[in-house]
Amino acid sequence: MAHAASRPFTRRAPRRFAAVILAGIVSALSLSMAAPAAADEVGLDEYDFKISGLVELADEPLADVLLVVEGGGFRVEVESGEDGRWAVGVPEKGDFTVTLDENTLPEGIAVIDPEDETPNVREITVGQSGSAVANFFIGQGERNTVSLFDQVVERLFNGLNFGLLLALAAIGLSLVFGTTGLSNFAHAELVTFGGLMTLLFGVVLGWPIWIAIPIALILSAGLGYVNDAALWKPLRRKGVGLIPMMIVSIGLSLAVRYIFQLFVGGDTQQLPGATDTTLSIGAFGLSWTDVASMAISVIVLLGVAYFLLRTRIGKATRAVSDNPALAAASGIDVDRVIRVVWVMAGALAGLSGILWAYFRPGVSWDMGFQILLLTFAAVTLGGLGTAFGALVGALIVGLFVEISTLVIPSDMKYVGALVILILVLLVRPQGILGRKERIG
Amino acid sequence: MIDWILLFSNAAQEIISPTTAAYALAALGLAIHFGFTGLLNFGQAGFMMLGAYGFAIATLTFDWPVWAAILTGVVASIVFALILGIPTLRLRADYLAIVTIAAAEIVRLLFTTNTFEPVTGSANGLQGYKGGFEALNPLLLFFGENDLIGFGPWVYNPYDWWVRIFGWSLVALAAFITWRLFKSPWGRVIKGIREDEDAVRALGKNVYFYKMQSLVIGGVFGALAGMIFILPRAVVPSNYQTSLTFFIYAILLLGGAATVFGPIIGSVIFWVLLSFFSGFIARAVEVGWLPFLSNVQAGQLRFILVGVAIMLIVIYRPQGIFGNRKELAFVK
Repeated sequence: MAHAASRPFTRRAPRRFAAVILAGIVSALSLSMAAPAAADEVGLDEYDFKISGLVELADEPLADVLLVVEGGGFRVEVESGEDGRWAVGVPEKGDFTVTLDENTLPEGIAVIDPEDETPNVREITVGQSGSAVANFFIGQGERNTVSLFDQVVERLFNGLNFGLLLALAAIGLSLVFGTTGLSNFAHAELVTFGGLMTLLFGVVLGWPIWIAIPIALILSAGLGYVNDAALWKPLRRKGVGLIPMMIVSIGLSLAVRYIFQLFVGGDTQQLPGATDTTLSIGAFGLSWTDVASMAISVIVLLGVAYFLLRTRIGKATRAVSDNPALAAASGIDVDRVIRVVWVMAGALAGLSGILWAYFRPGVSWDMGFQILLLTFAAVTLGGLGTAFGALVGALIVGLFVEISTLVIPSDMKYVGALVILILVLLVRPQGILGRKERIG
Repeated sequence: MIDWILLFSNAAQEIISPTTAAYALAALGLAIHFGFTGLLNFGQAGFMMLGAYGFAIATLTFDWPVWAAILTGVVASIVFALILGIPTLRLRADYLAIVTIAAAEIVRLLFTTNTFEPVTGSANGLQGYKGGFEALNPLLLFFGENDLIGFGPWVYNPYDWWVRIFGWSLVALAAFITWRLFKSPWGRVIKGIREDEDAVRALGKNVYFYKMQSLVIGGVFGALAGMIFILPRAVVPSNYQTSLTFFIYAILLLGGAATVFGPIIGSVIFWVLLSFFSGFIARAVEVGWLPFLSNVQAGQLRFILVGVAIMLIVIYRPQGIFGNRKELAFVK
């Protein structure tokens, strides 16, 4: 059956847009210099198996670099194309050596890797997939000279930023769980909705972003209200159990996610200002949107804390979380509290979605679903149903996801956070701030 | 104009398709978890993935025979069940839900990452593991490799028939085992755990141990389903997203969670309807009946349909088509 197109977790690429423009300029320049047509694809039609790769110098594609592919008595030469890409067909699976001819590199440039004596030679194996990749990122060594300290600081900032926006989503999820007992899988769609509405008003309708964002937040809060009024309240009235409700939320999540896709398609689109100028602090780049995002998160989280600890309705919310029957008996209007919680959860999730759109960067139909499991991990880690636990859990998950990329490949960074979730459940199932009797 | 004969014949093909068999078997495993024991396993896609990759990697990387490859997938799923069960089976039901869904995603990310590319093929997946299974095809004794056999809409070559016969035999066997299990004293204890865990504990039964057995058996069914699933296609990691688990839940809820035949009939109904619906929408878009939809959008409508179906079934007919209302998985 044809499932949806694969949904890779998007890596953070803060200056991707700029890089694309740069690459465009470079290729235009090299075209105007009338570079000889390079044979960047050799023998692909002839043979079943393929070795391909990319030659880049400091993130720009490098053309006309000679590469020699050898193995099993077979030898072929190929030059990288205008986009830095090359591909050759090879007759069989097995081990091959790819040698980059350093004489064809621009003047004064060599492939450098302190850990490798012959960095211009790669040993690769064409395995079961029938293809293999040998990329030469010349000048990547430069990036590695950024000191470990600077890397750690950069990751810390990214992790803090990510953790804070995750906390906005997690607190809403946790409050809903605390007051109604619902594990709401459709929370992800509330997050996506915030990003989509900002896209609609800020980009499609072209309104200024400082108007688009508040409108998106109001609509998100409204969606939270509609969620409760149209679906969950009637189900509670009907006496539907918690587990059926959870399965209903899964169905809702699936349906709404693909309704979003029906309207916006499968592409990722940028919000205005997502590729903002960089603010340099030390050796690492931090954009103004990052700073603003963190500031907004902190202010809103402080507001939520004030609401829960100091206001009447906030105290009532915590009372309902603690014991709904007792709260109702002491005169608290439980339905009203739940309504307020849903409106708040909608607005917080919407804000989280907007900040997530700037962090990734980009708005897409399944952006909320991409962080749903991390949100659940944050809530469970902190203690199901405790608002401040969700905050602590989200910060831990955010920092862990970013800092772990120093050690593990970045396409596995979510694995670490999910493993931590399982390990914590082993030793402290009630979560970091949870109380023991909650786990039943 | 719309070719109605083609639409109906495509839908009819789904009745015996190996994909239907794979989903039926996976749903049967889930019925043991969720319907009979009350375990909220949201990681059935992970079990299927381990079965599929266990089979493919054992064949391709280690060059093992078919029986050893099948065993590899089964053992992988048992280990996975133990890893999932040990921390979570003592906890409340929703913890198992969160841990299983997270674990299935971990498995998918590990098979997708470039780090293990030589073994897993990363995002491209694996292919070329069917040789051993093909060689076992008994139909080749009577027919040539490219002969077409069958009648009506069901005309296939011997390999396709062999996949279907193998798949549905496994489903039948699994259904028989499940039926026997739940007529036995063991099955009554399992159902007792679903209804009231504390009461069963008071009778001196080790609830944790019974739940673990249930998790392992259902997981093995999932792994076998994963193997059937990859026989007509390649192993591609993007097939095993959480939506696969949700599709299986839809099938299970449609047929009836606490039944043996519910998941199987549910799978047949699900795929026949889905195929007919998708085919109809796609043709209707081509003919221009639905001018506001593109072809790609039409392909996504099925997910919306499944989502809405899950909601409606749970709200209005939680016991499914064949279930007994007294025997609901969700009493709590």
